[in-house]
Amino acid sequence: MDTQTALDIALKLVAITVAFTVVLLIVAYTVLAERRVLGFIQGRLGPNRVGYGGMLQPFADLLKFIFKEDIVPDKSTRFIYFLAPVVATMAALMTMIVYPFGPELRIPFTDIVIPLTIARLDIGLLYVLGITSIGVYGIMLAGWSSNNKYSLMGGLRSSAQMISYELALGMSLIGVILLAGTLDLAQIVEQQSGWHGTRWFILFHPLGFVIYMIAAIAETNRVPFDLPEAETELVAGFHTEYSAMKFALFFLAEYINMFTVSMLATTLFLGGWNVPFAEDIFGRGTFLFGLVSAIGFILKVIFFLFLYIWLRGTLPRFRFDQLMNFGWKILLPFALLSIFITATLIFLFPNL
Amino acid sequence: MEPQLSWYLALSAVLFTIGVTGVIIKRNVISMFMCIELMLNSVNLTFVAFASFFQDVTGQLFVFIVMTVAAAEAAVGLGIIIAIFRNRESLDVDDASILKL
Amino acid sequence: MLVLLFILFAGMAIGCALAVVAQRNPLYSAISLIGVFISLACLYVMLAAPFIAAVQVIVYAGAIMVLVVFVIMLLNVEEEAHRRPRLKFLLPVAIALSAVLIAEVAFILVSVQESRITPASGSADVGLTQSIGSALFTRYLLPFEITSILLLMAIVGAMTLARRGGLLSGNDKTRRD
Repeated sequence: MDTQTALDIALKLVAITVAFTVVLLIVAYTVLAERRVLGFIQGRLGPNRVGYGGMLQPFADLLKFIFKEDIVPDKSTRFIYFLAPVVATMAALMTMIVYPFGPELRIPFTDIVIPLTIARLDIGLLYVLGITSIGVYGIMLAGWSSNNKYSLMGGLRSSAQMISYELALGMSLIGVILLAGTLDLAQIVEQQSGWHGTRWFILFHPLGFVIYMIAAIAETNRVPFDLPEAETELVAGFHTEYSAMKFALFFLAEYINMFTVSMLATTLFLGGWNVPFAEDIFGRGTFLFGLVSAIGFILKVIFFLFLYIWLRGTLPRFRFDQLMNFGWKILLPFALLSIFITATLIFLFPNL
Repeated sequence: MEPQLSWYLALSAVLFTIGVTGVIIKRNVISMFMCIELMLNSVNLTFVAFASFFQDVTGQLFVFIVMTVAAAEAAVGLGIIIAIFRNRESLDVDDASILKL
Repeated sequence: MLVLLFILFAGMAIGCALAVVAQRNPLYSAISLIGVFISLACLYVMLAAPFIAAVQVIVYAGAIMVLVVFVIMLLNVEEEAHRRPRLKFLLPVAIALSAVLIAEVAFILVSVQESRITPASGSADVGLTQSIGSALFTRYLLPFEITSILLLMAIVGAMTLARRGGLLSGNDKTRRD
């Protein structure tokens, strides 16, 4: 193959490595942030001994997970037992390649333009939905292969919850697709730029945004929808029999899922990397504009992560039948209603 | 050198044959169902290959509809399998070979 | 380069398909079938059909197979252990018939190969979402509507079959759980 293709592939590999590292770091510090913020909500301090204010806590946790004894249950089906956390983590990580982290970065004194999206797929949103559907398998196979009644029940309940709320998730995104006219995530962000933040899709599709947030919390198995994996119910659910590194992978997969879903919410509803007045100050296409936009994107994602942690400290859990009832009988009709409202709005005011 | 159309058709034929073999060999009704899905997918591959090589979108539309029909068939078929299992306590196809309950 | 990718994905598809047939544990067959679906999705991307590839992953690998794996786990399906003696002739017959089928198809393919069709894949205008959408809603609207009615029938049918009292339990409204 010629040098141009090789250079492209090398650049993509570097980009993937950088994105992977950034995601893992942010997720590790999200775990720490969760423990500290939950501590503040609950009137106590979180972990603050390791490093200054607890900043090295994720690394201490990592060391603990590596050195813990790896217990494999006796009668489990070993291949699936080892496959399940791998599937969960892979599905969580594979979605991050389509998100636009920023506009094109132009290195100041040269002519090199680095696009801040790893892969510009024409079907970006469908790709994300597909990979989310694959993520259900990690949980189902984990519940089954542990050969433990509680794990099986937890796994089946968790996957039933995930596939039920995937529908509402997909439907709430149809309104965004109607507004944008494309499935390409970079294009969707481009369409929300300009006009200083008054063209963000959350203003035109607010009901869809609320439904998306609720469905996303259910998809990632967080409070208030975390009955299948809560510590006080069903003995920790589908990851009961997992210890050490495999449990760390599930844990990581859950937080990466949270991060991914927050990135999707930012991209679709809050305008992605568009910071309201950055265009006037810096001008498009310069290095500072790219940098400020990327930082703005990360700040918006961190806002969503804080929202997740806030909800965890505040709301009680749903019972499982209440959860399924809510998902099918309340959320799905509202998602359909949101599509109708947005479609009517677009038909009546074709000014976008 | 690019993959030719006949390569895709050959792959589809091989997958279809493996599916047919599975339906004949297997005795578990869920495994037979999965081999039927394999046959449907091989036909999907043929449709998409022809759509790509003749630059016609009709093939891909048919694949879309075949997938929808397969999903509907999966839902109803698995419902029937569960209903039969409740009655006969066995998922062997030979146990369901007479119409009497 | 494309040939290498084709051989990779085709090999994966055939390997997983053989695993579907050869495995005796239905859960392993289901996982191999998911492997077949994903490798077919990769082949669709190579054939300039990205939308169909995404729909394949979402519908087949993400919904239908979840349903099948659910049923396998709920019904606690075991491996196919013993074989009853009267059906022992099926395996050689199946292999012989499949060899005949492959020979027939090979004959057709060899005769197709001689008529050169211009391999025109790669120019990605035919598989984009927009072209599928516009064809689906203008020229092929009738199949689309019929498919939606078919899905409605499937939903009603599945709910009727899975009702707790069975099909003939009547409309007993006094039970509430």
